[in-house]
Amino acid sequence: MNAAADDIPTLRRILKDCRTVAVVGLSDQWHRPSYFVAKYLQDHGYRVIPVNPRYAGGTILGEKVFASLDEIGEPVDMVDVFRRSEDVLPIAEAAVRIGAKCLWQQIGVANAEADALVRAAGLDSVMDRCTKIEHGRLFGGLHWAGVNTRVVSARRPV
Amino acid sequence: MADRRFHPETLAIHAGQIPDAATGARALPIYQTTSFVFDSADHAASLFNLQTFGNVYSRLSNPTVAALEERVAALEGGRAAVAVASGMAAEALALMTILQAGDHVVAAGALYGGSVTMLAVNLAKFGIATTFVDATRPEAFAAAMRPNTRAVFAETLGNPSLVVLDIAAVAEVAHAHGVPLVVDNTVPSPFLCNPLALGADIVVHSATKYLGGHGTTLAGVVVELGKPQGGFAWDNGKFPGMTEPSPGYHGVKFYETFGDFGFTMRCRMETLRVYGAALAPTSAWQVLQGVETLPLRMERHCANALALAKFLRDDPRVSWVNYPGLEDHPQHALLMRQMRGASGLLAFGVKAGAGEGAEAGVKFIEGAQFMSHLVNIGDTRTLISHPASTTHRQLDAEQQLAAGVLPDMVRISVGLEHIDDILWDVDQALARAVR
Repeated sequence: MNAAADDIPTLRRILKDCRTVAVVGLSDQWHRPSYFVAKYLQDHGYRVIPVNPRYAGGTILGEKVFASLDEIGEPVDMVDVFRRSEDVLPIAEAAVRIGAKCLWQQIGVANAEADALVRAAGLDSVMDRCTKIEHGRLFGGLHWAGVNTRVVSARRPV
Repeated sequence: MADRRFHPETLAIHAGQIPDAATGARALPIYQTTSFVFDSADHAASLFNLQTFGNVYSRLSNPTVAALEERVAALEGGRAAVAVASGMAAEALALMTILQAGDHVVAAGALYGGSVTMLAVNLAKFGIATTFVDATRPEAFAAAMRPNTRAVFAETLGNPSLVVLDIAAVAEVAHAHGVPLVVDNTVPSPFLCNPLALGADIVVHSATKYLGGHGTTLAGVVVELGKPQGGFAWDNGKFPGMTEPSPGYHGVKFYETFGDFGFTMRCRMETLRVYGAALAPTSAWQVLQGVETLPLRMERHCANALALAKFLRDDPRVSWVNYPGLEDHPQHALLMRQMRGASGLLAFGVKAGAGEGAEAGVKFIEGAQFMSHLVNIGDTRTLISHPASTTHRQLDAEQQLAAGVLPDMVRISVGLEHIDDILWDVDQALARAVR
């Protein structure tokens, strides 16, 4: 694997295997993209763990907010990053440290160094994509919004 | 392994439709329903907040219509699409989503008559001004740009002028001014031309024409390229409706929230939701039956039209022929750079006797046996019309000329009948018109 995950089978596997998602930079404002994504993931059966020092100790979407990944203290499958690209590297290091299986940099977020670091540590890496959009694209839903999912198949959606 | 990039022949059949999740139906089911149930109050709230994808009401989205939307988006190489009740509805949806009172549009003069009227009369009524320019000259687009210009609009292949737009050059003009290029790609269809790959940002279609292809059903589609694929960046300060909280949809910032399909979502949730020109599911289904054979049909439309153009060029009863597929057409080289073929539309002048004027053209039309006198294009049947007295009659003489409509002009939408039969009917109609 010499690049961030980009193909349909890999993205499908990541989204199926990762059930607990730490959302770094989650806002408590309902109209912010990070909130949209976290709400969507919750609605589709994922456990969301909010990470944002601004709201640490409080709750967002009914889940306790942690100041950092290291404070979570329970297994995390995916680290989903809503931060500026230049701020991702320490988050990538923490993702490796806590034993996450995937570092997912959101759409508009692409830190190549962080990508290389987590892949070298054996994690899956996704850059510049949205978990909500990819889930909707590959497991149904996004199609209803008229979006080109690029899915061509003779099998029912699973 | 990288995902396969499928050919248009494959996408025309498969894109946007996998077997039905509930039933396994292989062909597309018609979801003939106005509304969709909510699983819970929370599900309803998530849907209305656009936090989850799903169907609420068929004015906004419908699974059968979605199949058409995704298929046309795929054929155009676009990110997303929204389908509506007609081609004019598609054009109105795209322009009304981009524009507001006080804005200005630079548009090709050689446009379908209905498009000219929409810009010059209907949008002008809402305080949106349009300057029409010579579509063959990209520098004319540049010269007409104003500080308040917010869109450039043109047809990739003009109907009925058959003017070929230099898409890359005009896109460059639009982008230099920080505005999107919106093109009507109805006449080539996505099989012959993909304007988004050449620099256009938004494509509109009358799917009534070649996409549906059988003259049965009205439909329109708006397709968006999306920024990651090189599409338009709406956050340059000129399009607050894309970047600021939407007063029309409880504060959503469409570009920030939906990114590369933010324009499509805004078309759907702000404009279509309010103006209501939704496409019926049965209509979407009928158009899709046509789309499956689009590549095959377009190849035959092009071959028949080229053969007819050559026949007319060599006929002494014909004063001129306009078909950009002919090698001596002034825009032939540009056409071949941008398109796989010149489509099925051509125009010609019937040689008039002394003092006869436009009457020879009318006589030709009335002399046809199976060629149908009507104003649609892109049907399996060969269609003939006299634009000056039909589609373009609301325009004055000067506007008609700007739209490429001459008084003696006959437009033919060459169908899929056997070419020898088409040539026979043209020949016998010419014999009646020119004595």
